[in-house]
Amino acid sequence: MSAWLQRALLGASLLAALAFPLVAESGFWIKFAFTTLLFAYLGQAWNILGGYGGQFSFGHALFFGTGAYAAAIAQTAFGLNPWLGLPLGALAGGAVGWAAGYLSFRYGLRGSYFALVTLAFAEVFRILANAVPFTGAGVGLFVPLQPGWAQLQPGPIGFYYIVLALVFASLWFAWRIENSRFGAQLMAVRENEAAAAALGVDAYALKVRAIALSGAMTGVGGVLYVQFYLYIDPSLAYGPGISVEILLVPIIGGLGTIFGPLIGSIVLHAASELARRIMGDAPGIHLVFYGVLLVVMVRFLPDGLAGLLRRKRKAEVPRNA
Amino acid sequence: MLEARNVTKRFGGLVAVSNASLEVAAGSIVALIGPNGAGKTTLFAAMTGFHKPDSGSVTFDGADITGLQPHEIARRGLVRTFQIVQPFGALSVRENIAVGAHLREPNRAAALARAGEIAIRLGMGNMLDQPAATLTVAGRKRLEVARALATSPKLILLDEVMAGLNPTEIDEIVPIIRAVRDAGTTVLLIEHVMRAVMRLSERVYVLNQGRMIAEGTPQEVAARPEVVEAYLGHGAAQRIASVSA
Amino acid sequence: MLEFQILLPSIVNGLTLGAVYALVALGLTLIYGVLHIINFAHGSLLMAALYAAFFAHAGLGLDPYLAMPLLAAAFFVVGYALQRWVIGKASHGKDQNVLLVTLGISIAIENLALYLFRADTRTIETPISYEMLDLGIALVPYPRAIGFAAALGIAALLWWTIERTDLGRAIRAVAKERQGAKLVGIDVDHVFALSFGIGTAVLGAAACLLLPSFYVSPSVGNVFVLVAFTVVVLGGMGSFTGALVGGLAIGVTESVGGLFLGQQLGQLGIFVIFIALLLFRPTGLFGSRLA
Repeated sequence: MSAWLQRALLGASLLAALAFPLVAESGFWIKFAFTTLLFAYLGQAWNILGGYGGQFSFGHALFFGTGAYAAAIAQTAFGLNPWLGLPLGALAGGAVGWAAGYLSFRYGLRGSYFALVTLAFAEVFRILANAVPFTGAGVGLFVPLQPGWAQLQPGPIGFYYIVLALVFASLWFAWRIENSRFGAQLMAVRENEAAAAALGVDAYALKVRAIALSGAMTGVGGVLYVQFYLYIDPSLAYGPGISVEILLVPIIGGLGTIFGPLIGSIVLHAASELARRIMGDAPGIHLVFYGVLLVVMVRFLPDGLAGLLRRKRKAEVPRNA
Repeated sequence: MLEARNVTKRFGGLVAVSNASLEVAAGSIVALIGPNGAGKTTLFAAMTGFHKPDSGSVTFDGADITGLQPHEIARRGLVRTFQIVQPFGALSVRENIAVGAHLREPNRAAALARAGEIAIRLGMGNMLDQPAATLTVAGRKRLEVARALATSPKLILLDEVMAGLNPTEIDEIVPIIRAVRDAGTTVLLIEHVMRAVMRLSERVYVLNQGRMIAEGTPQEVAARPEVVEAYLGHGAAQRIASVSA
Repeated sequence: MLEFQILLPSIVNGLTLGAVYALVALGLTLIYGVLHIINFAHGSLLMAALYAAFFAHAGLGLDPYLAMPLLAAAFFVVGYALQRWVIGKASHGKDQNVLLVTLGISIAIENLALYLFRADTRTIETPISYEMLDLGIALVPYPRAIGFAAALGIAALLWWTIERTDLGRAIRAVAKERQGAKLVGIDVDHVFALSFGIGTAVLGAAACLLLPSFYVSPSVGNVFVLVAFTVVVLGGMGSFTGALVGGLAIGVTESVGGLFLGQQLGQLGIFVIFIALLLFRPTGLFGSRLA
């Protein structure tokens, strides 16, 4: 693909994305697009830590739920404007990310152990959220309905544009990471921690920064979720379902690539919508689909769809050269 | 410039390095030799923070660096390579070297440019965009050196960068190492290729079963009976002496 | 002493619970010890086995204790096939891939159960469900007493298989040095699948011991997978004795802890132990080696 074609393609998709709400007739498709883009954004957050940093988290719900609860509690208990919930969610998600990273990386957890401990952290928070009063315990929290931009309840189309902006910001951020010292060192740590350390890279500090960043981004996603649905409870916030959906997105699309999470989220949600229409909307069925998809992807396309494109492009090189 | 004093490193009951001392003067090329399993790599690791010495001290550039983290030691300008090569497999050669360059150069474009220069200096100019995982053994050994050099070290520890290379490749790398020194970087190398050790180094240390058994110029060390014995087995020096007598 | 009169039955109760935990953990630790992989699907496979035992009883009128060899055999086949044709093929030599694949399997199984059987909790009643065994210091329901004895028996059988049979020797060889085992002509993929099969067969047996005194629901595996992981980490990944002692210890902790803290926070206690262990002592209290 030539640079010109690439740019044209990008421009066209940008225009299409901006014009989408004008042509989408039903609220259903706007909501579908919102969810797809929200998970493209969350998947990018996971991708920073898991794709570029090589640290697979099985508990990103920890950050998502913390962001969501922070904004919801600030609003219901302290009357904070939900717009301020966005930075608050980032702060809360980042702080929890930093703490989780400090604990697990300090003691040298990696690979499977890191995945297990993140899962356990999320579960601890789920149990706590179920038990303490200020999260509304098992009943959950309702955010009062106050439509309008002022209270960050701009309606489906407004939400669509907000999450679209977030996705663009996250794409830009991933591009920055690929072209910065931070990203170069992070990828070096992913590839070989000892070799990176020998070259003066402080792997521990980098990983903590990556998980804090990823946590902050994920926290913002949680805030948006709670503003859209106006409700949160412990299993929505901290349940394994969210963690799995977040990690599926970049794995399907392509780990450690800029567009992987976006591609992954579109494919995942389109396919799961299709599956829902064929098999009906029984509880659990879409997660069966997610589970099978995860197995199939890792089995046949471990580099994700972006990896498939890249492999194809590489195969073309000798012909052109 | 670098001084290890009475360094001991144990793994469980096994004493890998015992009371070993060595000194590297600024601007020199020093070799550390010894039979397989003598503890050379362990001593390297103990000096660069990858193993914490059980006792003894390491001083670099006038400061005590014993027990510092590997990255802290690298930042001070003491950088090692790995005997078992450790490339960042998914990254290109240029990106690999740039990780080293980033130690002193925050700017991405400048680091990549510097990586290109160093690759050319080491004769890797035509491999820049190749993924490191696709390199040959010789290429990977060179990449180890290139990455370490890119950090602009004051002292570079080269761990068997010639092992597994053919004679032509060795002849290529010897002048490269000399050029590194001439450009201002002190060199300490572990090497089995005696031809290269004799040609390159000004001073040689011999480690055997964790103990430093000899030091001196290459010629002096090669003449020492205990060194010959360490390599060829007990009694070898006497047998050689009796044969030549 | 009054406290003693409450505490002692609670400990006995915890031991019977712990024996089943230990059994589940033994399967997990065997798989870890040989394949060096963490099997996320362990809990949901146990859940599947519980449903199998439930329907064998409800549909075919088969007593769980009689169904035990049948289920163990069936789940051996399931485990063998899973490792041989799904997990093994998908790993591409990376631990993280194995983790993802077993995660995928567990999500699929768990939600398939939710889809097929709804979220209802089901129990069965056997003739001995309400019989009590009087130990003098405590009354123990018969199903639990049988579970305890059988769990220890199966653990012993497993130990004997690993230590004293040719199969066990092959398994130990692969666990220790897979390259070397390959060189002397052991079919490593086959041994991997066998070990996974045995680890899963244990779940089939455990389900039959568990069902008469427990329940089954689609999410029941979560309870056990966490406990099993904690037991395995506590006992040292791959250690047999560790899994046994760890299982009993966790059972007693949960039972006694529940006495003082209530059930929900008792569960939290297990998580906290789990996290603390991972952080401070990932090799476990007994080191890590296959018996």
